[in-house]
Amino acid sequence: MSDAAARYRAMLRIRRFEETILDKFPTGVFHGTTHTYIGQEANAVGILDHIREGDSVFSNHRCHGHFLAYGGDMRGLFAELMGKATGICGGRGGSQHIHWRRFYSNGVLGSAIPVATGMGLAGRLRGDDDIVVVFMGDGAMGEGVIYEALNMAALWRAPVLYVVENNRIAQTTPIALAMAGTIPGRFEGFGVPALAIASSDVDEISLAASKAIAEVRDGGTPQALVIDTNRFAPHSKGDDTRSQEAIEALWATSCPIEIHASRLDPNQREELAAEVAEEVSQAFAAALADPEPDVEVGAA
Amino acid sequence: MSTVLESLNAGLHGAMEANESVYILGEDVLDPYGGAFKVTRGLSTAYPDRVITTPVSEAGFVGVATGLALSGLRPVVEIMFGDFVTLITDQVINGLSKYGWMYGGALEIPLVIRTPMGGRRGYGPTHSQTLEKLFLGVPGLRVLAPSAFTDPGGLLRAAIDDPGPVLFVENKLQYQRRLDDPAFSALESRLQVQEGYATAATVGVAGAPRPQLTIAAYGDMAERAAEAQLKMAYELEIFSELVVLEQLDPLGPSGDLPRALADSLRQTGCLLTVEEGTHTHGWGAEVVARAVETSAQKLGIARVAAFDSPVPASRVLEASVLPDVDVIVGAAQKLVAALDG
Ligand SMILES: Cc1ncc(C[n+]2csc(CCOP(=O)(O)OP(=O)(O)O)c2C)c(N)n1
Ligand SMILES: [Mg+2]
Repeated sequence: MSDAAARYRAMLRIRRFEETILDKFPTGVFHGTTHTYIGQEANAVGILDHIREGDSVFSNHRCHGHFLAYGGDMRGLFAELMGKATGICGGRGGSQHIHWRRFYSNGVLGSAIPVATGMGLAGRLRGDDDIVVVFMGDGAMGEGVIYEALNMAALWRAPVLYVVENNRIAQTTPIALAMAGTIPGRFEGFGVPALAIASSDVDEISLAASKAIAEVRDGGTPQALVIDTNRFAPHSKGDDTRSQEAIEALWATSCPIEIHASRLDPNQREELAAEVAEEVSQAFAAALADPEPDVEVGAA
Repeated sequence: MSTVLESLNAGLHGAMEANESVYILGEDVLDPYGGAFKVTRGLSTAYPDRVITTPVSEAGFVGVATGLALSGLRPVVEIMFGDFVTLITDQVINGLSKYGWMYGGALEIPLVIRTPMGGRRGYGPTHSQTLEKLFLGVPGLRVLAPSAFTDPGGLLRAAIDDPGPVLFVENKLQYQRRLDDPAFSALESRLQVQEGYATAATVGVAGAPRPQLTIAAYGDMAERAAEAQLKMAYELEIFSELVVLEQLDPLGPSGDLPRALADSLRQTGCLLTVEEGTHTHGWGAEVVARAVETSAQKLGIARVAAFDSPVPASRVLEASVLPDVDVIVGAAQKLVAALDG
């Protein structure tokens, strides 16, 4: 498959997965909450293209897209959201707390940033050239522990790429009400170079990410990648306070899948769409049929 | 002749020598200073690449240490004053104590957080507290306290070998206690496993009659309880058994009392818990609850702890708030009298 087709497919897998979550949530098959990645697919796909075997990824509450782009199993993620035994964490973590290979997520905003920094530092102490990619939103940047971590990352040259997915909203709060100064400025204050890009084009994001990751890996220093992006769906489910027109405007101008579509011929797009639809529906059906976990007594 | 401090320091040296994965992180831990209370003294000279002095960022460097632990290293973190554990609560409760379990149960988080609690040095309300009770009952976290009656450095080394996270609670005044204190030469102690690798010591006055009272304590208060035990035996003819527990939490398997404590209670039917933290919702409350839940007999019960007050700086005021030998003796006397009466 060409790069263009692979990226298209990867974004489509995330989109269809998330649409299925929102679509099926009201039927009661999922337990708990969700935060979908619809509109931001190009970020995960463009960035995680460039990671290698030993690299680690730390994600946040909006982690499904990151996980799928990392190579995570779709049925296992559906099952985790259903709380099934076959869920990637056996139903312990749910939507926001997942782990597979070197992928981790935690739903407490900002909390993972020092942990990811320590993982990067461990690589440097061991003398390998593995890196860490950690995702955060603009809203998380209100958490002070992030700045403690950035200070240490710069002091100790931790090979970490800090990715800010700036959709300019945190739950319902627009960035203007929550952020003073600029996002790149906050990194630069610690001597961590920040590459900023306003794009929903997976190719542009991939190019920026490849530069930033090369700096981290070859230079052995922390870097930031700040992406202006757009959240199309509600924060969680059905809790959008934005106007319908505003959301429609985002769809019209910045859908990563639409932007990328012109690089593929229509037949191939259709084939990929059919293939992905089939994969998602099979993964969903399989997870649905999976068993509930055994009840743990005195789990330690 | 060695002290608790020397034993802990030797434990760290031994751990670093034995295992190249052991790293030390904390504020001002480098030589010649060697940490605010000198527990890390000499380490940065012996292992300059593995002792990392940190910015004043407790939450941040505990998080960084968690990342090191998730990557297979064995960090030992020092929080300069126990009072500052409030700053690391998110990293401990929503992070390192859960990561192993919530990610499916296969991950190891070999991380030790050491910190000195305690007052009696006039440091005032924010540098004198005993706050470990805030971290009791956190699933996935082991809370330990060394004792001069056991092996402080050995316990620390075992904690460093533990595949899971440990909060290791030291005490400022305890550091200078001698492991073979001649003041305690009249006491004899029996050691047994408390839980996991933690030890319970059962301490009594050699040759004394059958004990009437069981005292449960840990850390520096265990040593104060031993002083009280001697005083009671010689001056009041109240004979007691002191059970010193190294592990504050989990206390014992699945709701049980530690065996040493249960055995002693069966003999005495009378329990006094002793701790330096504030009284309400303290460690002693859990010990007492378990004792009542698991004992066939009716028990006499009392708790000694600090008054529910901030710790004042003034010597007189501080002494009025924190429990000392005389408070323990007084509480024991009252408890025994009530049972006799
Ligand atoms: C410490 C903490 N506070 C509050 C929340 C509740 N919460 C979950 S997501 C969110 C907004 C996050 O916004 P942002 O970081 O911009 O990420 P986005 O949702 O836009 O992807 C909030 C407030 C949380 N999970 N953690
Ligand atoms: Mg946001």
